[in-house]
Amino acid sequence: MKVQRRTVLKGLLAASAAVAAPPFLRAQAAPFKIGLLTVKTGPLAQGGNQMEQGILTFLTEKNKTLAGRAIELIVADTGGNPAGAKTKASELIERDKVNVILGPLAAFELLAITDYVRDNATPLISIAAAEDVTQRKANPFVIRPSATSAQCCHAMGDFASKELKFKRAATISEDFAFGYEQMAGFQRVFEDNGGKVVKKLWPPFVTPDYTPYIAQISNVDCVFNGFAGSNPVKFMRAYADLGVKDKIPLLAGWTAMDDALLKSLGDEAVGVISAAWYSSEANTPSNKRFVEGMQKAYGVLPGGYSAGMYVAGQCVEAAIQILGGKADDRKALAEALHKVSLTDTPRGPVKFDQYGNVVGDVFIRKCEKKDGKLVNTVIKTYPNVSQFWSYDEKAFLGNPVYSRDYPPAKNLE
Amino acid sequence: MSLWLTLAVNSIALGGLLFLLSAGFSLIFGLMRIPNLMHGSFFMLGAYFGVSFLQQGVNFWLAALLSGVAMALIGGLIERFLLKRLSGQELPQVLLTLGLSFIIADLCLMIWTGDPWQPATPPQLRGAVQVAGLFFPIYRLAIVAVAVVVALALWLMIDWTRLGAKIRAGVDDAPIARMVGIHVSKLFTLIFALGAGLAAFGGVMGAPYLSVYPGLDAEMLPLALIVVILGGTGSLVGAFVGSFVIGFLYNFGQAMFPDLAYVILFLPMVLVLVLRPQGLFGKVMS
Repeated sequence: MKVQRRTVLKGLLAASAAVAAPPFLRAQAAPFKIGLLTVKTGPLAQGGNQMEQGILTFLTEKNKTLAGRAIELIVADTGGNPAGAKTKASELIERDKVNVILGPLAAFELLAITDYVRDNATPLISIAAAEDVTQRKANPFVIRPSATSAQCCHAMGDFASKELKFKRAATISEDFAFGYEQMAGFQRVFEDNGGKVVKKLWPPFVTPDYTPYIAQISNVDCVFNGFAGSNPVKFMRAYADLGVKDKIPLLAGWTAMDDALLKSLGDEAVGVISAAWYSSEANTPSNKRFVEGMQKAYGVLPGGYSAGMYVAGQCVEAAIQILGGKADDRKALAEALHKVSLTDTPRGPVKFDQYGNVVGDVFIRKCEKKDGKLVNTVIKTYPNVSQFWSYDEKAFLGNPVYSRDYPPAKNLE
Repeated sequence: MSLWLTLAVNSIALGGLLFLLSAGFSLIFGLMRIPNLMHGSFFMLGAYFGVSFLQQGVNFWLAALLSGVAMALIGGLIERFLLKRLSGQELPQVLLTLGLSFIIADLCLMIWTGDPWQPATPPQLRGAVQVAGLFFPIYRLAIVAVAVVVALALWLMIDWTRLGAKIRAGVDDAPIARMVGIHVSKLFTLIFALGAGLAAFGGVMGAPYLSVYPGLDAEMLPLALIVVILGGTGSLVGAFVGSFVIGFLYNFGQAMFPDLAYVILFLPMVLVLVLRPQGLFGKVMS
């Protein structure tokens, strides 16, 4: 953390040095300002720090210049709550007059500020997963290069039913919107392919011990979990300790088996199959640069939160390029961001649908132990996955948004 | 059937851990009359200390002990140099403990980062015992054993030593205890250090299955509060019984009434507050 703060300071110093340079050294325009809404204090700080590391890695690699424009990065700590997100968003927009906002981390933070960024015509590149922000309540100022909650889970449902030939599944995830949306996506595809979700468990976000929930699981072929933050670490240890792991294979969403989490996990994670939109193993040139940059600066294996911000930086660069450097009109910038199409990002090719959500690859990974270290080895890639999976877009949007009760679980026992 | 057995054994294990957490909390509450809002922080900080010791290759039990001793020192210093200045002013004392808990939380975030840490279970306690086709992790049973040993030691100290007699006198009536020549303020420091040390020890014991992460403090503090309100402040028996009651309620409640997961722990607390405000084993304050 100390190192990080110092690195941030260095970054800011370098940025301010660029601003303070004599006029003839400066580009003709003022620096392009990127506001990062992240979380550096409180329980969500883990993901927030990774977000900051991701964008700093990208800016360092680009020498803080994107498409000829000098970049100034302004980091704001929301504290991981909606009120803080709103306050910091207005600081970034009204005081710092940023050109674009990256973040925030959590869905409830994003929901607190989507109307605000629209009213203030400031483009926002989200990593939060709330489905409707790029669906029924699509916002012309928001794009999402990561994924909706269910985007990877659709693929997991497909893989579990078609390739793993599982027939009966139980799901378990936190009792909040991100959990509901993930489990709904899995259930829909899994059941459309002939499987049955026979048990859905919803522990509260704060659950000191998962044993009472795990003890209820029996007579299924697999368990799909969608935990986030530090919860997957606790859950998987309990799952293995109770001897269930040897009997019932465990499947996971991207936050539950994120590459950045591997260093906190032990043998209990070996064999877990997960679906994610980013893999640190991906073999693209930009991913190699990204992973190396993260290793060098922070000594960590990057996961989705860092990669999401790195890709967000690439989107900003591409949008400035589209606008020929004249990126100060925020509305034009928002439109340009929607048109961005990248062939080389750490997560593979990236383009956006008309609602601003990414169409990109989803990786199915299996956790293995190699040379004493855990790795998520990619065993299958679903290319160009849309947020609507293979469903018709109109019909998809005609249904209610994914929730705890939709689609209805008809096969519960 | 196997579900109920698993839940029952797990209830006892959770109860053991809760006792380590709340015994000190109860004594501090009973003696000093303040709910120590730092108690969750002691638990978390202790667990982090344990993680650091373990990374240095220290033996698990030694790490737990060292962490407990270190935390007892810190707790003693906090009481001696900060809380004492506010002696007799309960509200400022409570606010001080709350403020310090925020500071500790941010310090932990700086030092140990936001990444969750989950120390490996000590090798000799790894694995599960299999009874009637049912797995049960040995480690959790070990926690119960440790909690029972600690409970016995505390009981011996409180009920059979001179120091314990002084503490009991202080809990019952601090002004009178002072009048008969007991250094109640020294007892305050001692009990505060003891409570902090126990919480930290519990933190290390819990780490292999709870894991350590930012926010653990805020998760544990309400549990300690519930246990103590249920059992009665200043009463070891109360803390012991309260811990196991909560352990059972937590496990069976979450399995049987999953939709009531949030209320199930607070319901008995509300009942106790209405019917027997001093707690099951608490004494009526004069």
